Amino acid sequence: MIALLLILTPLVAGFCSFAMKQGSTAKNFSLLVSIVTLAIALLAIGSPAGGSFDTAWLTDLGSRFTLKMDGMGKMLCLLTAVSYPLIFAAVYKSDYKNPGSFFGLMLLTQAGLMGVFLAADALLFYFFWELALIPVYFLCSLWGGEKRIAVTFKFFVYTFIGSLLMLVGILYVYFHTADHSFAMQSFYKAQLSDHQQSYMFWLFFVAFAIKMPIFPLHTWQPDAYEQAPTATTMVLSGVMVKMGVFAVFRWLLPIFPNAASSNSMIIIILSVTGMLYASLIAIKQDDIKRMIAYSSIAHIGLMCAAMFTNNKAAFDGVMIQMFNHGVNVIGLWIIADLIEKQLGTRKLSDLGGLAQKAPALAILLVIMALANVALPLTNAFIGEFLMFSGLFQYNMFIAAIAGISIILAAVYTLNMVQKVIYGNLNAVTENATDISFNVKLVLVIIALVIIVFGVFPQPMIDLTKTSVEALFVKK
Amino acid sequence: MNKIVFLVPLFPLLGFLINGLGRKSLSKSAIGIIGSGVILLSFLTSCYLFSIVASAGEGQLQTVVTLFNFISVDAFTIPFAFQVDQLSVLFLLIITGIGFLIHLYSSAYMKEEETQHFGRYFAYLNLFVFSMLLLVMGANYVIMFIGWEGVGLCSYLLIGYWFKNNDFNYAAKKAFIMNRIGDLGFLLAVFWLLFKLGTVNYGDVFSQVASLSTFDIAAITTLLFIGAMGKSAQIPLYTWLPDAMAGPTPVSALIHAATMVTAGIYMIARSNILFTMAPTTQTLIAIIGLATAIFAATIALKQNDIKKVLAYSTVSQLGYMFLGLGVGSYTGAVFHVMTHAFFKALLFLGAGSVIHAMHHEQDIRKMGNLKKYMPITHITFLLACLAIAGIPPFSGFFSKDEILAAAFTKNPLYYYIGVGGALMTAFYMFRLYALTFLGKFRGTHDQEHHLHESPSAMTIPLIVLAVLSVFGGFIGIPEVFAENKNWLEHFLSPIFAESTKLVTTEHLSHSQEYMMMGIVTVLIAVVIFIAVSKFKKYAGEQEEVETGVGKLLENKWYIDELYNSIVVNPINAFAGFCKNFIEKSGIDGAVNGVGKLVSYSSRQLRLIQSGQVASYLLIMILSIVVFFIIWFNDITIMKFLNKLF
Amino acid sequence: MPIQYYIYFCLALFSIGIIGVLTRRNAIIVFMCIELMLNAVNLLLVAFSKMHYGAALAANPNTTAGIDGQLFVFFIMVVAAAEVSVGLAIIVMMYRNTHSVDINFLNRLKN
Repeated sequence: MIALLLILTPLVAGFCSFAMKQGSTAKNFSLLVSIVTLAIALLAIGSPAGGSFDTAWLTDLGSRFTLKMDGMGKMLCLLTAVSYPLIFAAVYKSDYKNPGSFFGLMLLTQAGLMGVFLAADALLFYFFWELALIPVYFLCSLWGGEKRIAVTFKFFVYTFIGSLLMLVGILYVYFHTADHSFAMQSFYKAQLSDHQQSYMFWLFFVAFAIKMPIFPLHTWQPDAYEQAPTATTMVLSGVMVKMGVFAVFRWLLPIFPNAASSNSMIIIILSVTGMLYASLIAIKQDDIKRMIAYSSIAHIGLMCAAMFTNNKAAFDGVMIQMFNHGVNVIGLWIIADLIEKQLGTRKLSDLGGLAQKAPALAILLVIMALANVALPLTNAFIGEFLMFSGLFQYNMFIAAIAGISIILAAVYTLNMVQKVIYGNLNAVTENATDISFNVKLVLVIIALVIIVFGVFPQPMIDLTKTSVEALFVKK
Repeated sequence: MNKIVFLVPLFPLLGFLINGLGRKSLSKSAIGIIGSGVILLSFLTSCYLFSIVASAGEGQLQTVVTLFNFISVDAFTIPFAFQVDQLSVLFLLIITGIGFLIHLYSSAYMKEEETQHFGRYFAYLNLFVFSMLLLVMGANYVIMFIGWEGVGLCSYLLIGYWFKNNDFNYAAKKAFIMNRIGDLGFLLAVFWLLFKLGTVNYGDVFSQVASLSTFDIAAITTLLFIGAMGKSAQIPLYTWLPDAMAGPTPVSALIHAATMVTAGIYMIARSNILFTMAPTTQTLIAIIGLATAIFAATIALKQNDIKKVLAYSTVSQLGYMFLGLGVGSYTGAVFHVMTHAFFKALLFLGAGSVIHAMHHEQDIRKMGNLKKYMPITHITFLLACLAIAGIPPFSGFFSKDEILAAAFTKNPLYYYIGVGGALMTAFYMFRLYALTFLGKFRGTHDQEHHLHESPSAMTIPLIVLAVLSVFGGFIGIPEVFAENKNWLEHFLSPIFAESTKLVTTEHLSHSQEYMMMGIVTVLIAVVIFIAVSKFKKYAGEQEEVETGVGKLLENKWYIDELYNSIVVNPINAFAGFCKNFIEKSGIDGAVNGVGKLVSYSSRQLRLIQSGQVASYLLIMILSIVVFFIIWFNDITIMKFLNKLF
Repeated sequence: MPIQYYIYFCLALFSIGIIGVLTRRNAIIVFMCIELMLNAVNLLLVAFSKMHYGAALAANPNTTAGIDGQLFVFFIMVVAAAEVSVGLAIIVMMYRNTHSVDINFLNRLKN
């Protein structure tokens, strides 16, 4: 029941928000709702049995409305629940036209995301997958930047192609389940020859790879991140890309174990190529948002590679990195948004010397940057360490090559830090002021998360332990 | 022991937090007292630990203290544990002891900074010491790696302390990135250990080392050594260290003497058993160390920035330490770390004192005759120069001698080249000394007017360090002078016991050793005499333009330019190519190409829709015919036609 | 008369109809050609109906075999009549609008 509440709360609140004309009402309302959702999520994580819910849905088709909350689901629900209050608090001072609709759509996205992470039925999963996507389409096309139409179209076509391929795959597997059911367990037991697995594997993988995104299917992402309203970008890069990662664990690996292991080399090579490629491009980016976008692609590449190593330590790493990367990248976006809003530019070459005008911002940016380069005692280190150790056991040379991205990450991140906060003030940055209270609060919370989970990561590892073990139980 | 151990890093961490958060509200003196005080507390705790370790009998020492499980997954568990044994406690004393002196010195040296930045400075400094303590105290490679990266971060923050200057920021970034290259090697070695042994705890690794294949050990040690190259500034990753001079001078002292660069030595000394079992890597280390020692010394000959000379001398001395590690003289290397920490800290702090007096003038060509104005700085600096040059009985003599003697037994060639480097060391140090303190003053009148001895907060550390530089060598007196009096070797013997068992070292005869020492000392004395008499007379009028080798040396062999053209620029160009070509025209082009293809083909298909009813009909009829042919196979059709006609 | 003759004749009629529809541009002639095709089919239906009836009569004097073919002919005639009325109305409208009965002018739906 509690799992259902996680979806229903933002869903109902989202529809209510549409009716709100006043900007402040909508803001306060959605902030409140997101905090309530966070409380529910914490409650759900605290309950030992976890939330599960089951009711008849499309009975004729063999699909039931089944929600299940295992360790991995808990982790991602927590991420979704944590990120929304942070995002809403960070954009508290921003003005949007039609605020009721804006926040309503944001909440609908949250409902969709929760559903994706909780669904234990393939059709239900697909339903929520789309539910999360469609509000984003409107958010980007109505509140985005000047090139929003073209970019949103690209984003939509990309993800929609992925979704359709996945739908075909779902239906195919459905017809090969013993009891003609969409239930997760039936899918896991589906009888598929290696040949069939291989085809279906790619259908699913392309869908998830677009979402993550994996090289060379990533080109929608920097554009979308750049053009979407920042609150949406935070959802996109903080939480929504984790849908792809999560789905690989939830659906891809258990349904197609043979295809996953036989194709692992190709995917790992693609991912590692993507890591280095995105890192190199990030070095050359002058636009802070695009830089963060490419850096995010590089990080996701590592997660994708680690997912196909079939190594427990790497899986643990991916699990906690899903959460940590989400939180950290939201922090970076908040800072990027702040700079753009305040100074009117996203160009690194125009900036400089903010440490003199905004010391609090400078310190927090440095902490986020350090988490971005996965320095030890930040939360990102734990995940990357475990993932790299798994990748190393899979193949030393690939791990060594992937390791170059550690160096490149330092190059582009420090470059960004240097250009933004160090150096002398110039005409653009002269009138900068330090961050406002709400943003500072959000960033301090994120910084605390970074450090606390960097020093004590064990609770997070334990949270997902059962999910990792479940992935290794052969069907 | 349990409770006490984690106090050592805890004090600097508290100092970091208090100074970092209170940098706007605390007064400067409060910041200085807190900043230095926490290190002093840490030093006192270390002393206490030292007394425990030193008094413990063999096998009585419980060395590993676990705080909590850092990472525990199915395949391995990494505890957050500290190990306090002879080696780490020695380093603790060096780090916190010299660290404290540097903090004390800083509180006077940095007085001119704004309070806020003063607080920031001390916060960074405390964090630096904290990271270094983690590095040294960690009971496994992962905790060491935390400190390892931590010192990299702190050096980044401190080198770029004056962040308004973009050159300094570049230097800071360079330090961090060069360190990261090494860190990757270290990290891969850690993964290798995890993969093969499933543990990174020192105790477990060293006891299971026999189960590793020769290739594994060679690979792991080489990777670890790459890590050490980055951190301890060896060829080819040394260029960050001279640039790290951008930071405030006490920071240089901290980086060069007490912390950071000694990390590589510590790590190899800590993993000595691994390295002893990998003779190939040892040879590599010895060669790289020796090459670095010579190479950096040649560059130091021609530098005119007081801090640059010292920086290259550090690189060179680190080379000696690696030579010591490479030839299996772990005690010698650690000994040299210690004596080097004394005299290099002294040199840097002395240089800081000079720079302070000269109002941030660092060019030694514009100094001279400072002994008249700064007697304490002058005397202490001279003692440090004698120590680094290796004149007996100053500390540097003993440690360098131990390394060189060990090198001689391994391969006489190492020894000869090493001595050549030592002579160069003597030359450039006394060139520096003569240009700075002797001759006549070559600065502006204004500067001369303001010349003064530094305040006592700066001179006291100098005096303490001078005493250590002079007498510090006696804890490691070689056998030849006093039988069984080498306290250091005895103290550290449990750490290197396993390695000593594996290698049988032949000892030089006493007469041979006396002879070698004598010759080298005389040579060094001669070189010093030449250097002093030559540069005492330097007047600075003639702007000599260096040519040939001199120019090459002055420009540091053009290594930075070389790296730029073979590494940095190609990567940049390739990244630009990726961004502008592959991404835009390649991948995005392909994506947009699919879209364009669809719209192009629709445009073409549209033309069929001509609006002519007749053409629609024609297509319809043709389609029906085709449909018939497909539906009824040709045999049926033939039958039908046959029947018809 | 053997059934083949009917078939040849109808084939010829139908082909003339098709060719007329495809080649002529005058709407009325196209219309007439369509009628020609319909009538070719009608004739064929009647012919086959008669053939089947004749074959079945020998076995059973009360047979109704082939009657449905003739039934269809009536249907087609009714539909053709309706079609003619609607079609001619369209042609009249077309003539009023374009002052021509050339179907090549009717390409507004293209593209």
